[in-house]
Order: sequence, then structure tokens, then C-alpha cells
Amino acid sequence: MKRRVFAYPYIVWMIIFIAVPMLFIFYYAVNVNGTFTLTKFLATIRDGGKWSTLWLSVVMAFKTTVICLLLGYPIAYILSNMKKSVAGFISVLFFVPMWMNFVLRTYAWQAILEYFLPGLLHLKNGTLTGTEGAVLMVLVYNFLPFMVMPLYNTLSKLDKSLLEASRDLGAGSLQTFTRVVLPLSVPGIVSGITMVFIPAITAFTVPALIGNGKYNLYGNEIELAFKTLSGQGDYAVGSTLSIILLVCVLVSTIIMNRVDKDQQEGGKLW
Amino acid sequence: MKKVFKSFKYVYLALMLFFLYAPIIYLIVFSFNDFSTGRRISYANIGQWKGFTLHNYATLFSGEAGKSLLLTIEIAAISSIIATVIGTAAAIGINSMRKRTRNLVLNVSQLPMVNPDLVTGITFMMLFAFVNSVLIKLGLNQVSDIIKLLIAHISFSIPYVIFSVMPRLRQSSDLLYEAAMDLGCSPMQALMKAVIPDIMPGISSGFIMALTMSLDDFVVSYFVSDLKSVLSVYIYSSARGAKGVNPALATVIFVPLVALLLAVNFRRLAKEREYEIQNKKVKLKDKGGNLK
Repeated sequence: MKRRVFAYPYIVWMIIFIAVPMLFIFYYAVNVNGTFTLTKFLATIRDGGKWSTLWLSVVMAFKTTVICLLLGYPIAYILSNMKKSVAGFISVLFFVPMWMNFVLRTYAWQAILEYFLPGLLHLKNGTLTGTEGAVLMVLVYNFLPFMVMPLYNTLSKLDKSLLEASRDLGAGSLQTFTRVVLPLSVPGIVSGITMVFIPAITAFTVPALIGNGKYNLYGNEIELAFKTLSGQGDYAVGSTLSIILLVCVLVSTIIMNRVDKDQQEGGKLW
Repeated sequence: MKKVFKSFKYVYLALMLFFLYAPIIYLIVFSFNDFSTGRRISYANIGQWKGFTLHNYATLFSGEAGKSLLLTIEIAAISSIIATVIGTAAAIGINSMRKRTRNLVLNVSQLPMVNPDLVTGITFMMLFAFVNSVLIKLGLNQVSDIIKLLIAHISFSIPYVIFSVMPRLRQSSDLLYEAAMDLGCSPMQALMKAVIPDIMPGISSGFIMALTMSLDDFVVSYFVSDLKSVLSVYIYSSARGAKGVNPALATVIFVPLVALLLAVNFRRLAKEREYEIQNKKVKLKDKGGNLK
């Protein structure tokens, strides 16, 4: 018996439960109640409102990624320069919240922004939920550990003798950072960005709980298309929206891979 | 100047940790709050302190929350065991394939990991909707929620198992399997007695990955099942509804988690120290040997 055989149950499983279901997105996009029709597909694609929501989501995901990078890089940098035993302990503290149910943490922010902070600040209109700032902050909160983790992994593996060499060759701390540390940490930055940007585009829990229905993103459009309160949602609209999302994800993955490859092939230090 | 910078570093880390833990601490503090208004209890207004009580802990698992917690644990346990078995077998099979087929299968296996949760959830929802519509036409029972959840969780966990077992298999020698067969093992015996024990660390880390993926999942479960579902779906739907969520849930999830992670971390630290001491001893011995 060849050992390959052991992979067959998995391959069958994946064809039935991963490959075939993917085709259902395309099937339901052009199929309404068992008949082939392009009307819903085209109507959804021509719907300007959906496109502006998509644009809003991309902008939000971009802002989230930039803020996570700006907040997370110093964390990873400080941790990577600490003594190994101390850094190991503190880094665990940074990653613990990742294991805690994120819906519950988002719910906690909802309570804080709805009741605690307005009371503390004596706000007149009574709530902080439903604003762009609130949604952005909770998105940053949820994705920050995902940015810190790859950055910390890259920075802590950095060869410290390179920094000494840079000092010996006359570079100051700032110059050493911008010309040695930063270029060498690009792989970490790239994987951090991929771990934040794409999930942030599709996030619908945070806008649903924090946006209070007033601030919906693209993920919410898809959620609402499929899961209406009346039960059966509109599969054609939802599928079409999902196809657009898949294309976006594919494009950004290709761009990220390209950047990653350039980095590996090009001069490492520059 | 340098001292100022150094203390600034710690202040920054402390601020960031405060940002990450503030909502968790907030819920834990309010888990001791008295939420009763008259005879009814409403968790909707988590922000007004009305007095200390342990009542929230007593009622935590009495209602739907208890059921969904039980379902979460059940699904996580069963799905991660099945995913580990299928995934480990798959890794062994894939490893013995020719390079081109192997790369093809591995690339396809990455698909569910790269795909956004949202899309994975939707594809499963549509698959089950289709299957159910066929079953209805045939006059059969529909697929139950628990089966749907199990299939979905197994599917998104398997790739994580494969990618944790694969590196370990690469390190292990191919000859091990052949040798066991030469010594009279059947293929199954060779696998169980020689290959599996050798790659055990990879299998167990794959199992842990599958378990955490399943426990942590919200999006896929939300789309796959109806309103009565795993814990995270329960939290989401009650957070959007009027009744709110019992904040004692935060304590019940957070405290065991921290205890577990600290224990693992301390054990690792202790191991590292032991390793260091042993290394020193070896070095000292080497020096002694040279002297002789």
C-alpha cells in the first residue's frame, strides 16, 4: 500500500467542502429560485451605494492598518531589545487577549463607549457608539496583536552584530534604525499588514456592535444580504457582493506577495 | 536623557497593555454588579454600579449561555480530534507524493487559510442551503445544526493541522517507515509504531491549533448555524438584542486562560534555565577533558 493513500480522505473532504462550496457563490449569483438570470447580478454591480460602502471599508481598513503599524512597531521594537526572559513574559501578556473571544471584547467596548465614557466625560448626547472614531478605535484594538506578533518575531531574530557594525561605521542611533533595522524588518511589516488589512476589510462584527447600525461597512452589507431577520436572505445579492470581495482580496494578496518577493530578491539592506 | 527614554519605554508598554486589557477588566469588574431591576435582570446597562453581588455567577450557565458553552466545548473537542486524524493522515500522504502533486495539494490547502472567514462562512451556508433543499425534495430530514457546525469547523481546522505536522515530517527520515516494514510491520503498524511517535510534537501542536481555531470562531459558525449556536454567536446576538450579555462570562473565560498561559510560559522559562545550566556543565566538562 502506498502512503499517498492516506491523503485521499482529505482530498475528497476538501473537494466536497471547500472547492464545491466556492462554486456555489457563482451559482447563486446568477440563479434566482432555480432559474438562470443576470438581472440581480447586474443590478448589484451597478448599485453605487454598495461601491461607496466598499470604498469606505477599504479606507477604514487602510487607516486601521496604518495606526496598528504606528502603535505596534514601537511595542515590537521595545520588546525585541529587552532581556529574553522578561520579553518572553511581556510578549505573552500582549498576545493573551487574542485568545479571548473577540466578540466578548467588542461587546465590552460597546458597554464602555455607550455607558461608561459618556458618563465620565459628562457628554450631552449620551453615547459614543455609532461614530467613525469609535469603530476605528475598536478595529485597531482587535487587530493590534496581529500586527505586533509578526513584527516581534522578525525584530527579535535580527542579528544584533549588524547594529554594532553600523555603530562602528559611524551611524548614530537614528541612522542605524532607519538604514539597518527598518529595512531588515520589512518582511515582518508585510506579513503584519496582510494579517490586518484583509481581515479588516471584511470585519462586520465591530461595525455592527460599535457602529450601532449607523456606520455599516462592506461586511455588514454582505451579512445583511444573507441574514435578514425574516429568515431567508437574498442569496443573489449576497453572492455578487462576495464575488466583488473575493476579487479585492485576490488583488491585495497578489500585491502583497509581489512586495514580499521583491524584498527577498533585492538587496537585503536597501 | 537616556534614563528618561528608558522609563518612557515602560510607560508606553504599560499604556498599550492598559488599552488591551481595559475592556476585559471592565467586564470583570461589572460581573460583580447587581443588575436586578425589580424581579427581572437586565444586563443591557453595563455602566451603572448598583452594588456588589455574586448573583451573576450563580445564574451564568442556567439559561441559553450554558447550553451554548456546552455546545462550543463539544464542537471544539470533536472537530479538533477528527481534524487532527484526517490532517495527520493527509500530511503523511502528501509528504510521500511527487513534488509537483505535493505543491499543488499544499497550495490548494492554503486556500481556506487565506480566504476571509466571511467568505468561508458564506460558502458553507450556501452548500447546506443547497443540500437541505435537495433533502426536502426527497422528503428527508434536514442537516442538523450540530452536523453543520462540525463539518465547517473540521474543514477550516484541517489545513492548520497539516501545516504543523508537515515540518516535523520533513525532519523525520523516510527510511523509518521502510525499516519498520522490513522488520515485519504491516503498513498500518509501521505508521502507528514508527512514524506517528516520531512526529508526535507536530501532531499535538496541530491539535492545539485546531482546538483554539474552533473555540475562537465566530464568523463561520454565525453563518452556518441558526440563532441557537456556539458561545460567540450567542454573545453576538444577545449583544445586539435588548437583554445584553452576562459580564461574568468574561471572568469565566479569562481567568483559566491566563492561568494556563502563565503555567505554560513559566514551565518554558524553567526549561530554558535548566538547559542553560546543563550547557554550562557540558562546557565545564569539556574543559576538564582538555586538561587531562
